[in-house]
Amino acid sequence: MSAVDQAKNAAAFIEDRTHEQHLDQLLWMMRTRRDEAASRVPEWEQLRDLASQIKEHTLSHLAHYLEMFESSAKANGVTVHWAQDAPEHNQIVYQILSDRNADSLIKSKSMLTEECETRPFLEARGIRVTETDLGERIQQLDNQPPSHIVGPSWHKTTQDVANLFARVYGSDKEKTDPVYLAHVMRVNTRPLIEQAKAGMTGANFAVAETGAVVTVTNEGNADLSANVPELRICSVGLEKIIPRNEDLAVFIRLLTRSATGNSITQYTSHFRSPRKNGEMHIILVDNGRSSRLGMEKFWRSLKCIRCAACMNTCPVYRRSGGLSYGSTYMGPIGIIMMPTFDAHRYSELPFSSTLNGSCTNVCPVKIDIHEQIYAWREVMEEKHQINLVKKEAMIVAGKVLSNPLLYRIAADSTETSLKVLPRFALYNHLNAWGRHRDIPQPAKETFHDWYKKHRS
Amino acid sequence: MATKRQTRQSGVPSVARGVGPTLSPRATLMQVALMIPCYIDMFYPEVGVATLELLEKLKVDVVYPFDQTCCGQPMANSGCFEEAQATEELFIKNFSRFDCIVTPSGSCTHHLRNKFTAVPDSPERRKISASVYDFVEFLHDVLQVREFPWANFKHKVALHTSCSAIRGLGMASMSERVNDPKFSKPKKLLEQVAGIQFVDFERPDECCGFGGTFSVTEEAVAAKMGYDKLEFIRKSGADYIVSSDMSCLMHLQGCARRLGANVKFLHIAQVLNGVAQ
Repeated sequence: MSAVDQAKNAAAFIEDRTHEQHLDQLLWMMRTRRDEAASRVPEWEQLRDLASQIKEHTLSHLAHYLEMFESSAKANGVTVHWAQDAPEHNQIVYQILSDRNADSLIKSKSMLTEECETRPFLEARGIRVTETDLGERIQQLDNQPPSHIVGPSWHKTTQDVANLFARVYGSDKEKTDPVYLAHVMRVNTRPLIEQAKAGMTGANFAVAETGAVVTVTNEGNADLSANVPELRICSVGLEKIIPRNEDLAVFIRLLTRSATGNSITQYTSHFRSPRKNGEMHIILVDNGRSSRLGMEKFWRSLKCIRCAACMNTCPVYRRSGGLSYGSTYMGPIGIIMMPTFDAHRYSELPFSSTLNGSCTNVCPVKIDIHEQIYAWREVMEEKHQINLVKKEAMIVAGKVLSNPLLYRIAADSTETSLKVLPRFALYNHLNAWGRHRDIPQPAKETFHDWYKKHRS
Repeated sequence: MATKRQTRQSGVPSVARGVGPTLSPRATLMQVALMIPCYIDMFYPEVGVATLELLEKLKVDVVYPFDQTCCGQPMANSGCFEEAQATEELFIKNFSRFDCIVTPSGSCTHHLRNKFTAVPDSPERRKISASVYDFVEFLHDVLQVREFPWANFKHKVALHTSCSAIRGLGMASMSERVNDPKFSKPKKLLEQVAGIQFVDFERPDECCGFGGTFSVTEEAVAAKMGYDKLEFIRKSGADYIVSSDMSCLMHLQGCARRLGANVKFLHIAQVLNGVAQ
C-alpha cells in the first residue's frame, strides 16, 4: 500500500469550509473545557507527574503485572486468553462465539478492535456485529472508520447524522435535534442489544491486583454490552494494566477532564467476574506493543490513556479532520503510534505537525509527543521513507547552507534569490507557498551587505 | 540508530534545556556574537539592523561573524540530519570562540540550544548550546534591560509569541499549563515602550501554522491556521502584529497580503529600537 498522503486529504477537508469550521470549533471547545477543568484541580501538574510515573513503572515491570492480572482474573472465574497479534485476537473472538453458536454480537467502542479490524473479520464469518456507542454506530452505519478516538463521529454535523439516519432508518432528515437523533438510534438499536447472543467491550484500565477491567463511558453502552448477554468478551491491550485499585483514582481524575472537561463520566464501571450462569473472557492483546516497548525513543507512547486531549488541542488535526490520517489512531498520538504498525504506510504522518508542542503539554500522562514526532522524522529518513522531492531539496539546502560562498551567491542577488532561495527558505515549492499566501520579497540589500557597508 | 542518536543527545547539557544559561547580570561592554538567521538576512535585513543597533545602544560589543549562514534547523527539522551536519559544523566553526551568541529568533535559539545534534558531540557543540540566547532572553535575563527611553510606539499591538519561544525556550507561560504563574518576557520588555497598547485576542498561543517546511509540505493547513490567527487578531482591532520570531511573521504576512488585510508587521527588535513611524 502506498503511504497515506495526509496533506492532500487535509487540503480536501479544508475545501469544505462547513466541516472544517465545525470540527475546529467543537474541538477547541473541548480544549477550553479541559483547561477550565484542570484549573479547578490545583494539584493538576502533580497528578500528571504521578500518572506518568505509575505508567512508566508498570510498563517497565509489565510481565510481572500482566501475570498478576492473569492470576487475579482467573481467581475471579474469568477465562484469560493471550493474543500475539490482530489475526490471533480475531480468531480467539471468533472461536469463542462459534463454539457457543453465538451469531450476534453487541460491542462498545474499542480502539483495540478497530486496530485489529475485528468487526469486518467477524462480519465476513456471518456474525452480526452492532456497535452500541452512538458515535461509533453512526460511523458503522456510514461505513466509515472513527475520526476521533473519543468522539468517533465528531467530524459530522447534526445535519450529516440526520441525513444518514433518514437514509438508513427512514427518519425525518429535517429534524437535526440531537435528542431526536439519539431517540432514533435508541429505538433502532435497543432491540439488537436485547437479542444479542454475546457482548464485547474494550477496557480503559485493567487492575492487576484485583483482576478487574474498568470502562469509562457516558452512554452506559459498555454496561449493556457487558451485562445483557450471558457471554461476555473483553479485549485489553497489554498497556492498559495498572498495578492497584488506588492507582485508578489518579487516572480517573485525569481522563475525563482531559478528554471533555467533565469531572467524571456517567459510568465508570468495574467488571470483575462473569454474571451468574454467564461466561467472561478477557483477551490480552500484544499486537506490536511489546516490540514498541523495546524502542528506546518511542516506548513512552504506551503510556497513552486514550483521552484525545492531544487531538483536541492540535491545530493541524482540528483543520485536517481525523480521517485524513488514514489510520486507526490519528492526530499527534496517532503520528507517533502508527509508524510502529507500518513504517512505510504511515511514513508521511510525522511531517503533519508544526512541532508546536501543545500536545505534549496537555497530555495527562506526559508523553513527549512532539519530541517523538521529531524523532520519527529522523527514523523515516534513515529508513529511506522520506519523500524524494523533499529529500532533494534538503540535499541542495544542506550544500548551500554549509558553504558561505554558495550561500552568499544565493543570497546576494535578488534575481538569483528568487530562483534559489525558496529552495531552502521555502523548500523548493514556490507554488505550494504561493497557493494561499503571497511570497516574501527578497530585500534589495541583505543584512550581510548592509553590515559590510556600514560597520566594517 | 539508537546508539547514533544517544551520542548526539548526551551532548546537550541539562542547563541548556528550558531556561537560558546563567551569565552575570548587568554585564556591560561584553562581547556578543550576532547570529542573523538566513531568512532575516535575505528578506528582513531591517530586523537585523534593529537588533544590532539596539545592542549597540546598550553598550554591547557586537561581533558579526562574516561566514555565517544558518543553524541547520531546516534540514534537521525534516529528519535530514546528514544534510544538516555540515551546516552545524560551519556554525560551530563560526561561533564556538564566543561566550555569548545572540539571535533575534526563538526558533533558531531553540534549535541551537536543544536540537543541535546533527553534528557529533564535542565540547564546542556543548558550548554553542550553552551560550546561545534569543534576543529577548538576552535583554530580559542577561542585560536585564527594563527601559527603552528612545522607543515610542503609539499603536495597538497584538503580541504573537512563537511556539519555539513559549514551549521550547520558556519565554512565556503557556495556556496548556493553566495553574502555572502567568508571565511573558517579550511583553515585559514591550511594556516599557512609551505609548504602546496591547490588545487581547482569541487563542493567543495557538500555532500560527508556519512550522518550517510544514508551511510548504502542508500548505493548505498552514495557510488556514494563518488565516484563523489573522481573523482573531483582526477582531481585536490591532494595527500591528509584533513578534520575536520573524519566520511566523513571514508566514502571517504572506497570508495577510493574500487576504488583503491591512495589519502591519514588526519584529520586537524594531519596536524596542524605536522604529521610524
